[in-house]
Amino acid sequence: MAPKELDVGTPVGRRIVLGMVGLGAVGVLAGRWLSQGVSEVVASTAPGLASVIPAAGGFRIYTVTSGYPETDLASYRLSVTGRVGKQLSLSMADLAALPQTSMTKDFQCVTGWRVQDVPWSGVKLSDVLAAAEVESGATALSFTSFDGAYTESLTMDQGTRPDVLVATAMYGKPIEVKHGAPVRLIVAPMYGYKSIKWLSGIDVTNTVVPGYWEDRGYDVDAWVGKSNGRIDEPVV
Amino acid sequence: MSLSSEAPATLPRFTPAERWTHRILGLLLGILIVTAALLFIPDLGGLVGNRQIVRVIHEIAGFAVLIPLVVAAFFRAFREDAGRLNRFRPSDWEWLRSRDRRSGRIRVGKFNAGQKLNAAFTLGAIIVMLLTGSMMFFSSHFSDSLRTGATFVHDWLALAFVVVVCGHIYMAFNDSTARLGMRRGTVPVAWAQREHRAWADEQLGVQPEPIAPADPLLTGDGGDPFE
Repeated sequence: MAPKELDVGTPVGRRIVLGMVGLGAVGVLAGRWLSQGVSEVVASTAPGLASVIPAAGGFRIYTVTSGYPETDLASYRLSVTGRVGKQLSLSMADLAALPQTSMTKDFQCVTGWRVQDVPWSGVKLSDVLAAAEVESGATALSFTSFDGAYTESLTMDQGTRPDVLVATAMYGKPIEVKHGAPVRLIVAPMYGYKSIKWLSGIDVTNTVVPGYWEDRGYDVDAWVGKSNGRIDEPVV
Repeated sequence: MSLSSEAPATLPRFTPAERWTHRILGLLLGILIVTAALLFIPDLGGLVGNRQIVRVIHEIAGFAVLIPLVVAAFFRAFREDAGRLNRFRPSDWEWLRSRDRRSGRIRVGKFNAGQKLNAAFTLGAIIVMLLTGSMMFFSSHFSDSLRTGATFVHDWLALAFVVVVCGHIYMAFNDSTARLGMRRGTVPVAWAQREHRAWADEQLGVQPEPIAPADPLLTGDGGDPFE
C-alpha cells in the first residue's frame, strides 16, 4: 500500500529546492558585485578571514607540482644570465643591498578572483637588470622557478616597467612559502600567472618563450582586462 | 518488549536500492568535500599539490553525483520516501517549534521535520552546485561576470553544505539505531515507536488512538486517519 502520508501536507521540500535554485540564480547574476562586497566587508572587519576562506577575498594558491618547493634563505641564489655584461648570482643579502621599492597593487587572477591592495616590496626588475648590465639589443626575458616546472616570460619592454618587481616581502613580511618564498616576480599589470613564484633564474634573451601556463592556452601578453577574453578592470 | 509473539521485532526502513543510493551518494559527496578542501584551503592544498589532478577528480565526482540520483528515481521505494520527505504537515511545524520534540508526544512520520529539511537542502544544494560547477567547467561559454557569480555561489554554498553534512553525520553519530536502519535496512519496533510513532503504527497496522485535534482536515497530527 502506498501510504497516504505522501499526499498529505504542503510540498515544503519542493519549495525549498526551487527557492535554493532561484537564490542560486540570483547569486550567479549578482555574484560579481556580491563577492566584491563580501571582500570589502571582510577586509575592513576581519582581515584574517580571507587567508582561511579564499571566497572572502583571499588568495587561492596554485602550485603546478606536488606540494611547495622549499629552500633555505642562506643557500638561495637568484641567477641572472644570458645577454648580460655581468652574470649575477644574487643572495638574499645581495637583493637587500639593491635599491628597494614598495608598491600596493590589486592581484588579479585569470580565473576571476582579485585580491585588493596587496603591498609588495623588493627590487624593481629593471634595477636587477641594470645591475647585470643587460646588453642593449636584448629583447626578451625568461624566468625559471626552483619548483622545477614553472616558467614564465616577458618582453624587455614589459619587464622594465616600474610596476614589475622582484618581490621579497608581502604585507610587510617575508613572502610565505605558498606565495613563492623567498623571491617571486610581481608583474602587477598582468594576470597572476605571469608573476612566477619561487623565482630562481632570469635569462636575458632575444626570443619570448611561452611559459608554463601559456603552453596550456593562456595568453603570452597577459594584460589585465585586455587578454584571455576577459574584461576585468586594469590593475594600475 | 511486551510484543505478542506474532508481532515483528523489526520494521523494514530502507530498501537495498535506497541504502546503496545513500552509500554511493555519500561516497561521492565525501570525495567532493575532500577535493574541494584541497582546492580551496591554501594550506591544505599545499600539502598535496597536484592541483590539476585534484581538480579532475573533483569534476568527475561532481558530474557522477547525477548517476545515483537518476538510478534511484527508478525505484518505487525511493520515490515514495522522496514524497514523504517533500510533504510538511502541521505536526512538522509543531515539531520544529517545540522544545520536547524528542519526547514522542508529537507523532512523527517516517521522517521528522529535521530530516525533511536536511533532504530538501541537500537536494537543492546538489542541484545548485551541479549547475554552478558546470558553469565553471564550461567556462568559455559564459561571461566573466557570470563566471565570477557562479564561483561566488559555488564557494559559499559549499561552506554551508559542509556545515549541514556535519550536522547530518553528528545526528547519525548519536543514534546507532538510525545508522542500523541505513546499514541493514531494518530497525527495532521499539525504536520506531519512540522516534517515528506515526510511521510505526502505519507499518504495524495499528489504528492511532483518536485524540483528534480540533482541525479535522488533514492535520496529520495525532489522529491523522491516513496513518
